[in-house]
Amino acid sequence: MTVSTSRYRRRLWVNRALMSLSVIAAVAGLTALGIILTILFQKGIGGIDARVFTEMTPPPGSDGGLLNPIYGSVFMTGVAVIVAMPLGILAGTYLAEYGRDARVAVIIRLINDVLLSAPSVVVGLFIYELMVRGRHFSAWAGAMALAIIAVPVIVRTTEDMLRLIPDPLREAATALGAPRWHVISKVAYQAARAGIVTGILLAIARISGETAPLLFTALNNQFWSTDPNAPMASLPAVIFQFAGSAYKNWQDLAWAGALIITAAVLVLNIVARLFRTAEPKR
Amino acid sequence: MSEAKISVQNLDFYYGRTKALKNISMDIAPNSVTAFMGPSGCGKSTLLRVLNRIYELYPNQRATGKVFLDGRDILIGGTDLNLLRAKVGMVFQKPTPFPMTIFENIAFGIRLYESLSPSALRDRVTMALERAALWGEVKDKLNASGLSLSGGQQQRLCIARTIATNPEVILLDEPCSALDPISTARIEELIEELRSDYTIAIVTHNLQQAARVSQKTAFMFLGELIEYGDTEQVFENPRQERTKDYVTGRFG
Repeated sequence: MTVSTSRYRRRLWVNRALMSLSVIAAVAGLTALGIILTILFQKGIGGIDARVFTEMTPPPGSDGGLLNPIYGSVFMTGVAVIVAMPLGILAGTYLAEYGRDARVAVIIRLINDVLLSAPSVVVGLFIYELMVRGRHFSAWAGAMALAIIAVPVIVRTTEDMLRLIPDPLREAATALGAPRWHVISKVAYQAARAGIVTGILLAIARISGETAPLLFTALNNQFWSTDPNAPMASLPAVIFQFAGSAYKNWQDLAWAGALIITAAVLVLNIVARLFRTAEPKR
Repeated sequence: MSEAKISVQNLDFYYGRTKALKNISMDIAPNSVTAFMGPSGCGKSTLLRVLNRIYELYPNQRATGKVFLDGRDILIGGTDLNLLRAKVGMVFQKPTPFPMTIFENIAFGIRLYESLSPSALRDRVTMALERAALWGEVKDKLNASGLSLSGGQQQRLCIARTIATNPEVILLDEPCSALDPISTARIEELIEELRSDYTIAIVTHNLQQAARVSQKTAFMFLGELIEYGDTEQVFENPRQERTKDYVTGRFG
Protein backbone atom coordinates (compact mmCIF):
# COMPACT_ATOMS: atom_id res chain seq x y z
CA MET A 1 0.00 0.00 0.00
CA THR A 2 1.34 3.42 -0.90
CA VAL A 3 0.48 6.27 1.38
CA SER A 4 3.10 8.78 0.31
CA THR A 5 0.76 11.12 -1.45
CA SER A 6 1.38 14.87 -1.40
CA ARG A 7 -1.63 15.40 0.87
CA TYR A 8 -0.25 12.98 3.39
CA ARG A 9 3.20 14.64 3.34
CA ARG A 10 1.57 18.01 3.84
CA ARG A 11 -0.34 16.77 6.85
CA LEU A 12 2.89 15.38 8.27
CA TRP A 13 4.63 18.76 7.98
CA VAL A 14 1.70 20.73 9.39
CA ASN A 15 1.68 18.36 12.32
CA ARG A 16 5.42 18.81 12.92
CA ALA A 17 5.19 22.59 12.67
CA LEU A 18 2.28 22.82 15.10
CA MET A 19 3.93 20.51 17.59
CA SER A 20 7.19 22.51 17.46
CA LEU A 21 5.34 25.78 18.08
CA SER A 22 3.50 24.23 21.04
CA VAL A 23 6.73 22.92 22.56
CA ILE A 24 8.49 26.29 22.08
CA ALA A 25 5.60 28.13 23.74
CA ALA A 26 5.54 25.72 26.68
CA VAL A 27 9.31 25.94 27.17
CA ALA A 28 9.27 29.76 26.99
CA GLY A 29 6.50 30.02 29.58
CA LEU A 30 8.09 27.55 31.97
CA THR A 31 11.54 29.12 31.58
CA ALA A 32 10.21 32.53 32.58
CA LEU A 33 8.50 30.99 35.59
CA GLY A 34 11.67 29.08 36.49
CA ILE A 35 13.80 32.24 36.34
CA ILE A 36 11.34 34.14 38.54
CA LEU A 37 11.26 31.38 41.14
CA THR A 38 15.04 30.92 41.09
CA ILE A 39 15.78 34.62 41.61
CA LEU A 40 13.08 34.87 44.24
CA PHE A 41 14.57 31.95 46.11
CA GLN A 42 18.18 33.19 45.82
CA LYS A 43 17.39 36.69 47.04
CA GLY A 44 14.70 35.74 49.53
CA ILE A 45 16.16 32.76 51.34
CA GLY A 46 18.99 34.82 52.85
CA GLY A 47 16.52 37.10 54.58
CA ILE A 48 14.49 34.27 56.11
CA ASP A 49 15.45 33.66 59.71
CA ALA A 50 13.67 33.44 63.03
CA ARG A 51 13.55 37.23 63.33
CA VAL A 52 11.34 37.50 60.25
CA PHE A 53 8.59 35.71 62.14
CA THR A 54 9.15 37.29 65.57
CA GLU A 55 10.02 40.96 65.08
CA MET A 56 8.23 44.01 63.69
CA THR A 57 9.11 45.89 60.54
CA PRO A 58 12.14 48.05 61.35
CA PRO A 59 12.99 51.66 60.53
CA PRO A 60 15.58 52.02 57.77
CA GLY A 61 19.01 50.74 58.71
CA SER A 62 18.12 48.64 61.75
CA ASP A 63 17.18 44.99 62.20
CA GLY A 64 13.64 43.70 62.24
CA GLY A 65 11.19 41.22 60.82
CA LEU A 66 7.79 40.87 59.20
CA LEU A 67 5.59 39.74 62.08
CA ASN A 68 3.08 42.60 61.82
CA PRO A 69 2.51 42.27 58.06
CA ILE A 70 2.28 38.46 58.34
CA TYR A 71 -0.36 38.83 61.04
CA GLY A 72 -2.16 41.46 58.96
CA SER A 73 -2.22 39.32 55.84
CA VAL A 74 -3.49 36.26 57.72
CA PHE A 75 -6.12 38.30 59.58
CA MET A 76 -7.48 40.17 56.56
CA THR A 77 -7.41 37.11 54.30
CA GLY A 78 -9.14 35.10 57.01
CA VAL A 79 -11.93 37.63 57.53
CA ALA A 80 -12.33 37.96 53.76
CA VAL A 81 -12.77 34.19 53.36
CA ILE A 82 -15.23 33.99 56.25
CA VAL A 83 -17.33 36.65 54.51
CA ALA A 84 -16.86 35.41 50.95
CA MET A 85 -17.32 31.67 51.49
CA PRO A 86 -21.04 31.54 52.41
CA LEU A 87 -21.91 34.27 49.90
CA GLY A 88 -19.98 32.58 47.11
CA ILE A 89 -21.20 29.05 47.78
CA LEU A 90 -24.85 30.08 48.14
CA ALA A 91 -24.77 32.26 45.02
CA GLY A 92 -23.07 29.47 43.05
CA THR A 93 -25.72 27.05 44.36
CA TYR A 94 -28.47 29.37 43.18
CA LEU A 95 -26.96 29.60 39.69
CA ALA A 96 -26.38 25.86 39.31
CA GLU A 97 -29.41 24.40 41.11
CA TYR A 98 -32.23 26.93 40.99
CA GLY A 99 -31.55 29.66 38.44
CA ARG A 100 -29.95 27.62 35.67
CA ASP A 101 -31.06 29.22 32.41
CA ALA A 102 -33.54 31.68 33.88
CA ARG A 103 -32.99 35.25 32.72
CA VAL A 104 -32.03 36.54 36.16
CA ALA A 105 -29.44 33.76 36.48
CA VAL A 106 -27.94 34.60 33.08
CA ILE A 107 -27.59 38.25 34.14
CA ILE A 108 -26.06 37.36 37.51
CA ARG A 109 -23.62 35.04 35.76
CA LEU A 110 -22.56 37.80 33.38
CA ILE A 111 -22.05 40.29 36.21
CA ASN A 112 -20.10 37.70 38.15
CA ASP A 113 -17.83 37.12 35.17
CA VAL A 114 -17.24 40.86 34.86
CA LEU A 115 -16.44 41.04 38.57
CA LEU A 116 -14.12 38.06 38.18
CA SER A 117 -11.91 40.00 35.79
CA ALA A 118 -12.42 43.48 37.25
CA PRO A 119 -9.12 45.22 38.09
CA SER A 120 -8.58 44.87 41.81
CA VAL A 121 -7.66 48.55 42.11
CA VAL A 122 -11.27 49.36 41.19
CA VAL A 123 -12.48 47.18 44.04
CA GLY A 124 -10.07 49.01 46.33
CA LEU A 125 -11.44 52.40 45.25
CA PHE A 126 -15.00 51.16 45.74
CA ILE A 127 -14.31 50.16 49.34
CA TYR A 128 -12.35 53.38 49.82
CA GLU A 129 -15.45 55.38 48.91
CA LEU A 130 -17.68 53.16 51.01
CA MET A 131 -15.69 52.60 54.20
CA VAL A 132 -12.62 54.83 54.30
CA ARG A 133 -13.33 58.31 52.96
CA GLY A 134 -14.42 60.66 55.73
CA ARG A 135 -13.39 58.04 58.26
CA HIS A 136 -9.99 56.33 58.35
CA PHE A 137 -8.07 53.43 56.89
CA SER A 138 -8.87 50.13 58.61
CA ALA A 139 -8.24 46.40 58.48
CA TRP A 140 -12.00 45.83 58.18
CA ALA A 141 -12.01 47.83 54.95
CA GLY A 142 -9.04 45.82 53.65
CA ALA A 143 -10.77 42.55 54.46
CA MET A 144 -13.97 43.68 52.69
CA ALA A 145 -12.00 44.60 49.57
CA LEU A 146 -10.39 41.15 49.55
CA ALA A 147 -13.78 39.50 50.14
CA ILE A 148 -15.23 41.24 47.09
CA ILE A 149 -12.38 39.85 45.02
CA ALA A 150 -12.84 36.35 46.43
CA VAL A 151 -16.63 36.09 46.01
CA PRO A 152 -16.77 35.79 42.21
CA VAL A 153 -14.02 33.16 42.21
CA ILE A 154 -15.98 31.02 44.67
CA VAL A 155 -19.29 31.62 42.86
CA ARG A 156 -17.80 30.50 39.61
CA THR A 157 -16.07 27.35 40.88
CA THR A 158 -19.07 26.33 42.99
CA GLU A 159 -21.39 26.67 40.02
CA ASP A 160 -19.03 24.84 37.67
CA MET A 161 -18.52 21.98 40.11
CA LEU A 162 -22.26 21.58 40.80
CA ARG A 163 -22.98 21.64 37.08
CA LEU A 164 -20.61 18.73 36.59
CA ILE A 165 -22.89 16.58 38.73
CA PRO A 166 -25.08 14.64 36.28
CA ASP A 167 -28.81 15.38 36.48
CA PRO A 168 -29.72 11.68 36.88
CA LEU A 169 -28.09 11.81 40.32
CA ARG A 170 -30.45 14.64 41.31
CA GLU A 171 -33.35 12.78 39.72
CA ALA A 172 -32.49 9.64 41.69
CA ALA A 173 -32.51 11.51 44.99
CA THR A 174 -35.69 13.36 44.03
CA ALA A 175 -37.35 10.09 43.00
CA LEU A 176 -36.82 8.79 46.54
CA GLY A 177 -38.97 11.67 47.73
CA ALA A 178 -36.15 13.91 48.96
CA PRO A 179 -37.05 17.61 49.01
CA ARG A 180 -34.97 19.98 46.91
CA TRP A 181 -32.76 21.35 49.70
CA HIS A 182 -32.05 17.81 50.83
CA VAL A 183 -30.99 16.77 47.33
CA ILE A 184 -28.63 19.75 47.19
CA SER A 185 -27.15 19.52 50.67
CA LYS A 186 -26.84 15.76 50.96
CA VAL A 187 -26.16 14.62 47.40
CA ALA A 188 -24.99 17.50 45.20
CA TYR A 189 -22.65 19.09 47.76
CA GLN A 190 -21.34 15.68 48.67
CA ALA A 191 -20.51 14.91 45.06
CA ALA A 192 -18.99 18.35 44.40
CA ARG A 193 -17.24 18.79 47.74
CA ALA A 194 -13.66 18.40 46.55
CA GLY A 195 -14.18 20.88 43.74
CA ILE A 196 -15.84 23.47 45.95
CA VAL A 197 -13.06 23.26 48.54
CA THR A 198 -10.53 23.63 45.74
CA GLY A 199 -12.30 26.79 44.60
CA ILE A 200 -12.09 28.27 48.08
CA LEU A 201 -8.39 27.47 48.36
CA LEU A 202 -7.72 29.04 44.97
CA ALA A 203 -9.66 32.13 46.04
CA ILE A 204 -7.43 32.39 49.14
CA ALA A 205 -4.36 32.05 46.95
CA ARG A 206 -5.69 34.76 44.68
CA ILE A 207 -6.39 37.36 47.41
CA SER A 208 -3.31 36.69 49.52
CA GLY A 209 -1.14 38.40 46.92
CA GLU A 210 -3.40 41.38 46.21
CA THR A 211 -1.72 44.75 46.82
CA ALA A 212 -3.72 47.46 45.11
CA PRO A 213 -7.01 47.07 47.02
CA LEU A 214 -5.13 47.11 50.35
CA LEU A 215 -3.28 50.35 49.61
CA PHE A 216 -6.61 52.18 49.50
CA THR A 217 -8.18 50.46 52.46
CA ALA A 218 -5.96 48.95 55.15
CA LEU A 219 -3.03 51.15 54.10
CA ASN A 220 -0.04 49.95 56.10
CA ASN A 221 1.22 50.08 59.64
CA GLN A 222 4.78 50.15 60.78
CA PHE A 223 3.89 48.97 64.27
CA TRP A 224 2.24 45.97 65.84
CA SER A 225 -1.53 46.44 65.71
CA THR A 226 -4.39 43.98 66.08
CA ASP A 227 -7.07 46.67 66.05
CA PRO A 228 -9.29 45.99 63.01
CA ASN A 229 -10.51 49.60 63.11
CA ALA A 230 -6.98 50.92 62.57
CA PRO A 231 -4.65 50.69 59.59
CA MET A 232 -2.95 47.29 59.40
CA ALA A 233 0.21 46.09 57.69
CA SER A 234 0.09 43.34 55.09
CA LEU A 235 2.80 41.45 53.24
CA PRO A 236 1.98 42.83 49.75
CA ALA A 237 1.82 46.42 51.02
CA VAL A 238 5.11 46.06 52.92
CA ILE A 239 6.78 44.50 49.88
CA PHE A 240 5.54 47.39 47.78
CA GLN A 241 6.94 49.93 50.24
CA PHE A 242 10.22 48.17 51.07
CA ALA A 243 11.15 46.99 47.59
CA GLY A 244 10.96 50.53 46.23
CA SER A 245 13.09 51.98 49.03
CA ALA A 246 16.80 52.75 48.95
CA TYR A 247 17.62 50.82 52.13
CA LYS A 248 19.37 47.46 51.89
CA ASN A 249 17.69 45.94 54.96
CA TRP A 250 14.22 46.94 53.69
CA GLN A 251 14.95 45.46 50.27
CA ASP A 252 16.09 42.18 51.87
CA LEU A 253 12.91 42.00 53.92
CA ALA A 254 10.84 42.65 50.78
CA TRP A 255 12.49 39.66 49.09
CA ALA A 256 11.86 37.52 52.16
CA GLY A 257 8.22 38.59 52.23
CA ALA A 258 7.81 37.81 48.54
CA LEU A 259 9.24 34.35 49.09
CA ILE A 260 6.89 33.74 52.03
CA ILE A 261 3.78 34.69 49.99
CA THR A 262 4.89 32.61 47.04
CA ALA A 263 5.58 29.60 49.25
CA ALA A 264 2.18 30.00 50.93
CA VAL A 265 0.40 30.16 47.57
CA LEU A 266 2.33 27.12 46.38
CA VAL A 267 1.29 25.18 49.47
CA LEU A 268 -2.36 26.18 48.95
CA ASN A 269 -2.23 25.02 45.35
CA ILE A 270 -0.69 21.70 46.34
CA VAL A 271 -3.37 21.19 49.00
CA ALA A 272 -6.05 22.07 46.43
CA ARG A 273 -4.58 19.50 44.07
CA LEU A 274 -4.50 16.84 46.76
CA PHE A 275 -8.20 17.48 47.43
CA ARG A 276 -8.93 16.93 43.77
CA THR A 277 -7.16 13.61 43.53
CA ALA A 278 -8.61 12.40 46.82
CA GLU A 279 -12.04 12.38 45.19
CA PRO A 280 -13.54 8.88 44.97
CA LYS A 281 -13.03 7.33 41.58
CA ARG A 282 -15.99 6.70 39.31
CA MET B 1 -59.33 -6.52 34.79
CA SER B 2 -59.33 -6.07 38.53
CA GLU B 3 -59.09 -2.63 40.14
CA ALA B 4 -56.30 -0.70 38.44
CA LYS B 5 -53.34 0.53 40.50
CA ILE B 6 -52.66 3.31 38.06
CA SER B 7 -55.15 4.66 35.58
CA VAL B 8 -53.93 7.06 32.89
CA GLN B 9 -56.64 9.05 31.13
CA ASN B 10 -56.23 11.32 28.11
CA LEU B 11 -52.66 12.18 28.99
CA ASP B 12 -50.77 14.70 26.84
CA PHE B 13 -47.19 15.73 27.50
CA TYR B 14 -45.15 18.64 26.22
CA TYR B 15 -41.44 19.42 26.12
CA GLY B 16 -41.79 23.16 25.56
CA ARG B 17 -43.96 23.25 22.44
CA THR B 18 -43.18 19.72 21.30
CA LYS B 19 -45.97 17.27 22.04
CA ALA B 20 -44.36 14.03 23.20
CA LEU B 21 -47.40 12.09 24.38
CA LYS B 22 -50.72 12.15 22.55
CA ASN B 23 -53.90 11.27 24.38
CA ILE B 24 -52.65 8.22 26.26
CA SER B 25 -55.19 6.19 28.22
CA MET B 26 -54.40 2.92 29.94
CA ASP B 27 -54.78 1.02 33.20
CA ILE B 28 -51.89 -0.62 35.03
CA ALA B 29 -52.82 -3.60 37.15
CA PRO B 30 -51.47 -4.08 40.69
CA ASN B 31 -48.87 -6.74 41.49
CA SER B 32 -47.90 -7.24 37.89
CA VAL B 33 -45.18 -6.20 35.51
CA THR B 34 -46.17 -3.89 32.68
CA ALA B 35 -43.61 -3.39 29.91
CA PHE B 36 -43.40 -0.37 27.64
CA MET B 37 -41.63 -0.85 24.34
CA GLY B 38 -41.19 1.10 21.16
CA PRO B 39 -38.48 2.78 19.10
CA SER B 40 -36.37 5.61 20.55
CA GLY B 41 -38.32 8.82 21.00
CA CYS B 42 -41.71 7.11 21.09
CA GLY B 43 -42.48 8.53 24.53
CA LYS B 44 -42.20 5.44 26.68
CA SER B 45 -39.70 6.97 29.12
CA THR B 46 -41.68 10.20 29.11
CA LEU B 47 -44.80 8.30 30.17
CA LEU B 48 -42.87 6.66 33.01
CA ARG B 49 -41.56 10.06 34.13
CA VAL B 50 -45.13 11.34 34.46
CA LEU B 51 -46.07 8.59 36.91
CA ASN B 52 -43.89 10.06 39.68
CA ARG B 53 -43.89 13.60 38.25
CA ILE B 54 -40.10 13.63 38.15
CA TYR B 55 -40.41 15.80 35.03
CA GLU B 56 -41.33 18.66 37.39
CA LEU B 57 -37.60 19.19 37.92
CA TYR B 58 -37.50 20.87 34.52
CA PRO B 59 -39.48 24.06 34.11
CA ASN B 60 -40.49 23.68 30.45
CA GLN B 61 -42.06 20.22 30.75
CA ARG B 62 -45.80 19.90 31.20
CA ALA B 63 -48.44 17.18 31.43
CA THR B 64 -52.19 17.53 30.95
CA GLY B 65 -54.90 14.93 31.51
CA LYS B 66 -55.48 12.66 34.45
CA VAL B 67 -53.35 10.03 36.13
CA PHE B 68 -55.05 8.19 38.99
CA LEU B 69 -53.00 6.37 41.59
CA ASP B 70 -55.32 4.34 43.83
CA GLY B 71 -58.18 6.44 42.52
CA ARG B 72 -56.62 9.85 43.25
CA ASP B 73 -55.47 12.16 40.47
CA ILE B 74 -51.75 12.85 40.96
CA LEU B 75 -51.58 15.56 38.31
CA ILE B 76 -53.80 18.04 40.15
CA GLY B 77 -52.17 20.95 41.94
CA GLY B 78 -51.53 20.51 45.62
CA THR B 79 -50.37 16.92 45.25
CA ASP B 80 -47.54 16.35 47.73
CA LEU B 81 -44.77 15.35 45.35
CA ASN B 82 -42.51 13.96 48.06
CA LEU B 83 -45.27 11.67 49.32
CA LEU B 84 -46.11 10.67 45.76
CA ARG B 85 -42.48 9.71 45.18
CA ALA B 86 -42.43 7.80 48.44
CA LYS B 87 -45.19 5.64 46.96
CA VAL B 88 -43.77 5.50 43.46
CA GLY B 89 -40.06 4.64 43.34
CA MET B 90 -37.88 4.84 40.26
CA VAL B 91 -34.71 3.22 38.95
CA PHE B 92 -32.89 4.87 36.06
CA GLN B 93 -31.12 3.78 32.93
CA LYS B 94 -27.62 4.45 34.21
CA PRO B 95 -26.90 3.34 37.77
CA THR B 96 -26.96 6.38 40.04
CA PRO B 97 -25.27 5.50 43.33
CA PHE B 98 -24.82 8.52 45.57
CA PRO B 99 -21.24 9.50 46.41
CA MET B 100 -21.39 7.89 49.85
CA THR B 101 -20.98 4.46 51.40
CA ILE B 102 -23.09 1.47 50.37
CA PHE B 103 -24.82 1.59 53.74
CA GLU B 104 -25.53 5.31 53.48
CA ASN B 105 -26.89 4.90 49.97
CA ILE B 106 -29.67 2.70 51.33
CA ALA B 107 -30.11 4.59 54.60
CA PHE B 108 -30.55 7.87 52.70
CA GLY B 109 -34.08 7.03 51.59
CA ILE B 110 -35.13 5.37 54.85
CA ARG B 111 -34.05 8.41 56.88
CA LEU B 112 -36.29 10.64 54.79
CA TYR B 113 -39.36 9.00 56.28
CA GLU B 114 -38.45 7.33 59.53
CA SER B 115 -36.12 7.95 62.42
CA LEU B 116 -34.94 4.51 63.43
CA SER B 117 -32.54 3.34 66.07
CA PRO B 118 -29.13 2.36 64.67
CA SER B 119 -29.88 -1.34 64.99
CA ALA B 120 -33.31 -1.06 63.37
CA LEU B 121 -31.77 0.98 60.56
CA ARG B 122 -29.12 -1.69 60.06
CA ASP B 123 -31.84 -4.35 59.86
CA ARG B 124 -33.73 -2.37 57.24
CA VAL B 125 -30.61 -1.82 55.15
CA THR B 126 -29.78 -5.52 55.38
CA MET B 127 -33.32 -6.46 54.35
CA ALA B 128 -33.27 -4.17 51.34
CA LEU B 129 -29.91 -5.50 50.18
CA GLU B 130 -31.08 -9.08 50.62
CA ARG B 131 -34.25 -8.32 48.70
CA ALA B 132 -32.18 -6.87 45.85
CA ALA B 133 -29.92 -9.96 45.82
CA LEU B 134 -26.87 -7.88 46.65
CA TRP B 135 -26.31 -8.70 50.32
CA GLY B 136 -23.94 -11.60 49.74
CA GLU B 137 -21.63 -9.48 47.62
CA VAL B 138 -21.47 -6.40 49.86
CA LYS B 139 -22.05 -7.59 53.42
CA ASP B 140 -18.34 -7.29 54.26
CA LYS B 141 -17.88 -3.86 52.75
CA LEU B 142 -20.91 -1.79 53.69
CA ASN B 143 -18.62 1.14 54.38
CA ALA B 144 -17.04 1.09 50.93
CA SER B 145 -18.12 3.76 48.48
CA GLY B 146 -21.18 2.92 46.40
CA LEU B 147 -19.13 4.02 43.40
CA SER B 148 -16.67 1.18 43.94
CA LEU B 149 -19.21 -1.46 42.86
CA SER B 150 -19.52 -2.86 39.35
CA GLY B 151 -22.25 -1.55 37.04
CA GLY B 152 -24.59 -4.48 37.71
CA GLN B 153 -24.03 -4.22 41.46
CA GLN B 154 -24.61 -0.47 41.34
CA GLN B 155 -27.93 -1.01 39.61
CA ARG B 156 -29.00 -3.58 42.22
CA LEU B 157 -27.89 -1.07 44.87
CA CYS B 158 -30.25 1.45 43.27
CA ILE B 159 -33.08 -1.10 43.31
CA ALA B 160 -32.32 -1.88 46.97
CA ARG B 161 -32.38 1.85 47.72
CA THR B 162 -35.76 2.15 46.04
CA ILE B 163 -37.41 -0.79 47.82
CA ALA B 164 -35.90 0.23 51.19
CA THR B 165 -38.49 3.00 51.45
CA ASN B 166 -41.39 0.56 50.88
CA PRO B 167 -42.93 2.04 47.76
CA GLU B 168 -46.05 0.53 46.17
CA VAL B 169 -45.05 1.11 42.58
CA ILE B 170 -41.58 0.72 41.05
CA LEU B 171 -40.75 2.42 37.76
CA LEU B 172 -37.80 0.94 35.88
CA ASP B 173 -36.47 3.09 33.04
CA GLU B 174 -34.37 0.75 30.87
CA PRO B 175 -32.66 -0.59 33.97
CA CYS B 176 -30.52 -3.09 32.08
CA SER B 177 -29.44 -1.13 29.04
CA ALA B 178 -26.04 -0.32 30.55
CA LEU B 179 -25.46 -3.83 31.90
CA ASP B 180 -23.89 -7.05 30.66
CA PRO B 181 -26.07 -10.14 30.03
CA ILE B 182 -25.30 -11.79 33.36
CA SER B 183 -26.19 -8.71 35.38
CA THR B 184 -29.28 -8.34 33.20
CA ALA B 185 -30.37 -11.87 34.00
CA ARG B 186 -30.00 -11.20 37.73
CA ILE B 187 -32.09 -8.05 37.51
CA GLU B 188 -34.77 -9.89 35.56
CA GLU B 189 -34.91 -12.61 38.23
CA LEU B 190 -35.24 -9.85 40.77
CA ILE B 191 -38.14 -8.24 38.90
CA GLU B 192 -39.90 -11.60 38.84
CA GLU B 193 -39.49 -11.92 42.61
CA LEU B 194 -40.59 -8.38 43.39
CA ARG B 195 -43.74 -8.68 41.31
CA SER B 196 -45.82 -10.23 44.08
CA ASP B 197 -45.34 -7.24 46.35
CA TYR B 198 -45.09 -4.30 43.98
CA THR B 199 -46.66 -2.88 40.87
CA ILE B 200 -43.86 -2.66 38.35
CA ALA B 201 -43.66 -0.63 35.15
CA ILE B 202 -40.58 -1.20 33.01
CA VAL B 203 -39.40 0.61 29.91
CA THR B 204 -37.18 -1.51 27.71
CA HIS B 205 -35.58 -1.48 24.30
CA ASN B 206 -35.11 -5.16 24.48
CA LEU B 207 -38.06 -7.10 23.03
CA GLN B 208 -37.05 -10.41 24.55
CA GLN B 209 -36.82 -8.75 27.92
CA ALA B 210 -40.33 -7.35 27.60
CA ALA B 211 -41.58 -10.80 26.64
CA ARG B 212 -39.72 -12.50 29.49
CA VAL B 213 -40.57 -10.29 32.45
CA SER B 214 -43.99 -8.78 31.82
CA GLN B 215 -47.62 -9.81 31.99
CA LYS B 216 -48.85 -6.79 30.07
CA THR B 217 -47.09 -5.00 27.23
CA ALA B 218 -47.69 -1.59 25.74
CA PHE B 219 -46.33 -0.70 22.32
CA MET B 220 -45.81 2.99 21.68
CA PHE B 221 -44.91 4.85 18.53
CA LEU B 222 -44.39 8.58 17.98
CA GLY B 223 -46.08 9.54 21.24
CA GLU B 224 -49.12 7.34 20.74
CA LEU B 225 -50.14 4.15 22.47
CA ILE B 226 -50.55 1.79 19.52
CA GLU B 227 -51.39 -1.42 21.30
CA TYR B 228 -51.76 -2.55 24.88
CA GLY B 229 -52.67 -6.01 26.06
CA ASP B 230 -51.49 -9.28 27.58
CA THR B 231 -47.84 -9.79 26.73
CA GLU B 232 -48.46 -13.13 25.06
CA GLN B 233 -51.13 -11.68 22.81
CA VAL B 234 -49.07 -8.60 21.87
CA PHE B 235 -46.13 -10.74 20.83
CA GLU B 236 -47.86 -13.70 19.25
CA ASN B 237 -51.02 -12.24 17.91
CA PRO B 238 -50.71 -8.46 17.60
CA ARG B 239 -53.86 -6.68 16.50
CA GLN B 240 -52.08 -3.73 14.93
CA GLU B 241 -49.94 -3.93 11.81
CA ARG B 242 -47.29 -1.62 13.32
CA THR B 243 -46.99 -3.74 16.45
CA LYS B 244 -46.54 -6.79 14.28
CA ASP B 245 -43.81 -5.06 12.24
CA TYR B 246 -42.04 -4.04 15.44
CA VAL B 247 -42.13 -7.35 17.30
CA THR B 248 -41.07 -9.26 14.20
CA GLY B 249 -38.14 -6.90 13.79
CA ARG B 250 -39.22 -5.36 10.51
CA PHE B 251 -38.69 -1.83 11.86
CA GLY B 252 -37.69 -0.01 14.99
